Amino acid sequence: MTNPTLAAGEVERHLRARRDGGRGLLMPYVTGGIAPGWTDYLSAFADAGADAIEVGLPFSDPTLDGVTIQRASAAALARGASTRRILADLAGLPDLGVPLVASTYYNLVLHDGPEAFCAALRRAGVAGLIVPDLPVHEAGELMDVAAAAGVEPALLASPTTPPTRLAEIAARSRGFVYAVSLMGTTGERDGLAASAAELAGRIRRVSDRPVLLGFGISTPDQARRARRHADGVVVGAAVMRRVLDGAGPDDLRAFIATLRQALDQECDRSG
Amino acid sequence: MIIKPEDLAGSGPGGDDPDPRGKFGVFGGRFVPEALIPALDELAMAYDKAKHDEEFLREFDHLLRTYAGRPTIITEVPRFGEHAGGARIILKREDLTHTGAHKINNVLGQALLTRRLGKTRVIAETGAGQHGVATATAAALMGLECVIYMGAVDCERQALNVARMKLLGATVIPVHNGSRTLKDAINEAFRDWVTNVDHTHYVFGTVAGPHPFPMMVRDFARIIGVEARRQVIDLIGRLPDAVCAAVGGGSNAIGIMHAFIGDGDVQLHGYEAGGRGLESGEHALTLTAGSIGVLHAARTYVLQDEEGQTIESHSISAGLDYPGVGPEHSWLKDIGRATYHGITDAEAMDAFALLAKTEGIIPAIESAHALAGALKLGRELGSDATILVNLSGRGDKDMGTAMTYFGL
Repeated sequence: MTNPTLAAGEVERHLRARRDGGRGLLMPYVTGGIAPGWTDYLSAFADAGADAIEVGLPFSDPTLDGVTIQRASAAALARGASTRRILADLAGLPDLGVPLVASTYYNLVLHDGPEAFCAALRRAGVAGLIVPDLPVHEAGELMDVAAAAGVEPALLASPTTPPTRLAEIAARSRGFVYAVSLMGTTGERDGLAASAAELAGRIRRVSDRPVLLGFGISTPDQARRARRHADGVVVGAAVMRRVLDGAGPDDLRAFIATLRQALDQECDRSG
Repeated sequence: MIIKPEDLAGSGPGGDDPDPRGKFGVFGGRFVPEALIPALDELAMAYDKAKHDEEFLREFDHLLRTYAGRPTIITEVPRFGEHAGGARIILKREDLTHTGAHKINNVLGQALLTRRLGKTRVIAETGAGQHGVATATAAALMGLECVIYMGAVDCERQALNVARMKLLGATVIPVHNGSRTLKDAINEAFRDWVTNVDHTHYVFGTVAGPHPFPMMVRDFARIIGVEARRQVIDLIGRLPDAVCAAVGGGSNAIGIMHAFIGDGDVQLHGYEAGGRGLESGEHALTLTAGSIGVLHAARTYVLQDEEGQTIESHSISAGLDYPGVGPEHSWLKDIGRATYHGITDAEAMDAFALLAKTEGIIPAIESAHALAGALKLGRELGSDATILVNLSGRGDKDMGTAMTYFGL
């Protein structure tokens, strides 16, 4: 890791530049195909100050997701959402000015083969990838073809990950390192888990790559606290609960703006 | 002792253990959230230590003999065999174990390991309820807290087993997501495990899931075939010509087949649930009609649509109603060592009734799939053939289904 920026792809360059400019990073999530005109949520996120946007490709068996994203995935699939259709929708979008990061389970990556999958992502303008059921030692076949296609797969680290493994994850991750704040599934929580700070700190000690905290971060206050330990946050279930309750892109623009504001205030305070 | 160190595979002659990453060829592995990796590492180490530990083997052996009812007998069934082209049919009687199915073997091994891991709570998924009952039983025996996840559809069709689990002190949580069957119960159990892994062991019920489960569950079930191999040789003076078993996730099948893998002349046949037939689309023909994917943490054959979404399976038997299969079966299929076939609901129910009427034994509907397979295979192989069938469980739990099906 002598000069990580040299090899960094588009997602990592973008996130590093913003982080190094003193900004707390914000990556909201939306389940692809959740509603007609769902890509309007992406423009709303970008307008409200997102630094990257995570788009979920729904899978029938989301074993790491809590009830909200399970419901969102099932609803999207019931509407006929599929990897192919979601990527086609994304391909038709104008440049949002922030990188798109797909997230899905490994069966969908494997279905047409990791090479074809990464090529399809790239054609749709997606530069990053999160696969929560793909731990570092199974990731070999994806990492190589993803690099060739120009896709950056971010690996996940967990509070129980031992030090040597953590160093390996941080070194092999691309784009950023996804720090899973707690032991559990995705979903809103009342407070920021104590394990979040420790994990983010441990990753930062072994890597200069941007560190995003996710799982259970659902309020401006939690985002502000998370920002003290990590470079930024991923907010998924808190967005999707609102979407499932009928909130439109304007409502979500307002919600994301509150998160943006919280992160900016925390930067001013610490800066 | 009925169990010896070499009876737990790995030190056996087959050379067919997975590699250190849990791969049988391209199958298996660990497609799990990072959060579970340390627990799986800990489990794999604890198991590796235990299987070479005299004390552990003694405890396991003691429970198998004095609690589970091992060794189980074999029973020759000539009146049933008349319908199988006159072939000699021999049943391995796992239905006679405590709790009434082969699941108890695996569960006792894992419960002992749970104690060694210092964990106080066990969770499990269950389809037909047999694995749930076995887990609740072992938890009661060892004083462990026990939570069982069961699809809401299965809770209905196996109400008797739900009551048994509750009586044994377990909490049964009906799962209302997805197809509300075994697949979704497993999803929910994984969600519990990733949240409570510090004090909880997931007693996985079949030879699927992440490494080391496919190997470990196989090893604990392997005693079925080890005993049967000796017993058949004692009875007929030679090895059987074929071994038959039903395949859902595949634990009873691997349990009886594994001791015969090195016996090249012994055919190995697995029978999946054909449901209403391949053309109907309502089946659980994972190995015969599926394609390679990743489901429940292992790369294996999966029933999936053209987009990679898991297809809901169908079977009259809750225990075989699963769109995945253990990775070692995928490997045995691809290397051609075992052959897998489909048996429809109707064929299974015919065999279910036939065994009851000709031999006075009511099999589990799961096991009836293997019996139906043996009827066909016997007619192919002829009257000189000897076929060993794993009678993996008894049919008491299926009487509700049988009453409806046969109008009893």
